[in-house]
Amino acid sequence: MLRRDDGFAGRGDDAFALLIRAHDGLSEAESAALNARLVLILAHEVGDLAVLDAAVALARHSLNPEPSPGKPSPSEPSPGETP
Amino acid sequence: MTPSPRYAFAAPPELRGPGPRRPVAVIGSGPVGLTCALDLATRGIPVVVLDDDDTVASGSRAICWAKRTLEIWDRLGVAEAMVAQGVTWNVGRVFHRDRELYRFDLLPESGHRRPAFINLPQYTVERILIERAADFPDLIDLRWRSEVTGLTPVGDGVRLAVATPEGAYDLDVDWVIAADGARSPTRTRMGLALHGQRFEERFLIADVRMRAAFPTERLFWFEPTFHAGQSALLHRQPDDVFRIDFQLGPDADPDREREPERVMARVRAVVGADTPVTLEWCSVYSFRCARLDRFVHGRVVFVGDAAHVVSPFGARGGNGGVQDADNLCWKLALVLKREANAALIGTYDEERGHGADENILQSSRTTAFMTPKSPAERLLRDGVLALAGEAPFARALLNAGRLSRPCSLAGLSLQTPDDGGGPQDGPVPGTACPDAPVSDAAGRPGWLLDRLGGTGFTLLVFAGAAPPVLPDLPGLGIVVVAATPLAVAGAESLADPDGVAARRYGAMPGTTYLIRPDAHVAARFAAPDGAAIAAALARATGRAGAPFREAA
Repeated sequence: MLRRDDGFAGRGDDAFALLIRAHDGLSEAESAALNARLVLILAHEVGDLAVLDAAVALARHSLNPEPSPGKPSPSEPSPGETP
Repeated sequence: MTPSPRYAFAAPPELRGPGPRRPVAVIGSGPVGLTCALDLATRGIPVVVLDDDDTVASGSRAICWAKRTLEIWDRLGVAEAMVAQGVTWNVGRVFHRDRELYRFDLLPESGHRRPAFINLPQYTVERILIERAADFPDLIDLRWRSEVTGLTPVGDGVRLAVATPEGAYDLDVDWVIAADGARSPTRTRMGLALHGQRFEERFLIADVRMRAAFPTERLFWFEPTFHAGQSALLHRQPDDVFRIDFQLGPDADPDREREPERVMARVRAVVGADTPVTLEWCSVYSFRCARLDRFVHGRVVFVGDAAHVVSPFGARGGNGGVQDADNLCWKLALVLKREANAALIGTYDEERGHGADENILQSSRTTAFMTPKSPAERLLRDGVLALAGEAPFARALLNAGRLSRPCSLAGLSLQTPDDGGGPQDGPVPGTACPDAPVSDAAGRPGWLLDRLGGTGFTLLVFAGAAPPVLPDLPGLGIVVVAATPLAVAGAESLADPDGVAARRYGAMPGTTYLIRPDAHVAARFAAPDGAAIAAALARATGRAGAPFREAA
């Protein structure tokens, strides 16, 4: 449902910098308000409720820090272990 | 650490009386200054290198050397030694706490002579370059313990005052290359300042020797479980030495953080208490991302850290400096041989200024990602980290270092823009040439990049079954690439049996690239048309307004 290709067409760093800049000079409360408004605007741009539903589910899921299966690969030294 | 070599001071002739004016003096014998000296020597230009010390860098300092740097050093005959003594790597991994978020391969395709990166301490790089300089005894004059104490513009040149253990002398030169590092005394002497951004964050780098099974990859941790700071980075170096970089925060006390017991406690948290480990070198640093407004000041040209400084994340300092040398020296050689106007040096400022801006932008963004400045910025950053394990788009936003790539010079004044009739794929004008495996007329395997650029401009012509009709342009090396080698008078013939070169250059029979001495594409065409090539060549040597002439 959510796109797996590069929606930023190689300009992800520019997009991230734009989002960071959007908060320049704002208080924490103003930043939270800005984020809410951005969500509403971008949700409307997406439009498709099934996509929004999947986006909400992914965001909710990422709040739980449980590791996803299969990672990290067992051949890698885990940090903190004696390699 | 092996003891540093000491290089002997030899009294130069100028101590016995005024000597002849020299074409070029390089101030500073770091990797960039030495690369300049070798590059000029390969073009037949004599060069005096002045260094106030008598040895190589203390501590490993710059360790990551990129594919493009190795390709430049191949031209100077030192890359083989670098790769043999270095540690080759292509893969990086990014962790968040104890979870691997993703891995990336910087060179996912075969058919390249050089890897994405090698790790090799700066002092070894310098030693190899110094040894190579000895192969040019008539052209490279390395003067140790020779401190520049004065610099005065004199007409079309510069007079340097030099202090040595056996007295002082003046050296008159046409051009000065200032390669004297981040604290460049030349910059200070000329009253010039770097402009940019200072980051408050402090970092600790520790080089430790240990037998450890860490893979030969770049490992980066956000919020590592073994370190209370925001991030850590690990690189393998030769001889069982590892570089570990710890982010300490803005309030860390540098003197306290340098204490060996304190450093070793941090190291043991990474490697475990039972691994025997010794501390080789450590340093606590903060950094700036800043540059000189202009790199060319009359007859003084700034290169490397003397011209621009960046954060270490991305390996853009040393590699950016080597690209400076690569860009400057062919232009300087043309000017000194009176084959180009001195205005050509202005395009060094244009092209490498562009490169410095790119390096500063990329390394500033990485630093910003590692050190969020406000709660809002931290929320966005942490959101990227939380999503990166599952969402590919977040992996693209995650910034643990945008590693040095060859700078594109597309759209800058020396390049001739495509007219639309040439190749649709492949490197656009300004791009550094990609490598490809080829074989020569005798069937010996080799690499395309060995045949491009170097001493002069190269015309790279792709052919079908029939030999191409080539223009007669004096001084232009011509390389013809075909599936099977074609006998073409006045050209070197290469075979591309698997079509890798043709594919990478988007080539059809007739496709022609004009390639600069630094192996960047100057122009490209559907066919080797003499008039169009001559015009592009004039433009690429700074003679844009000059009428082109084709030898009849």
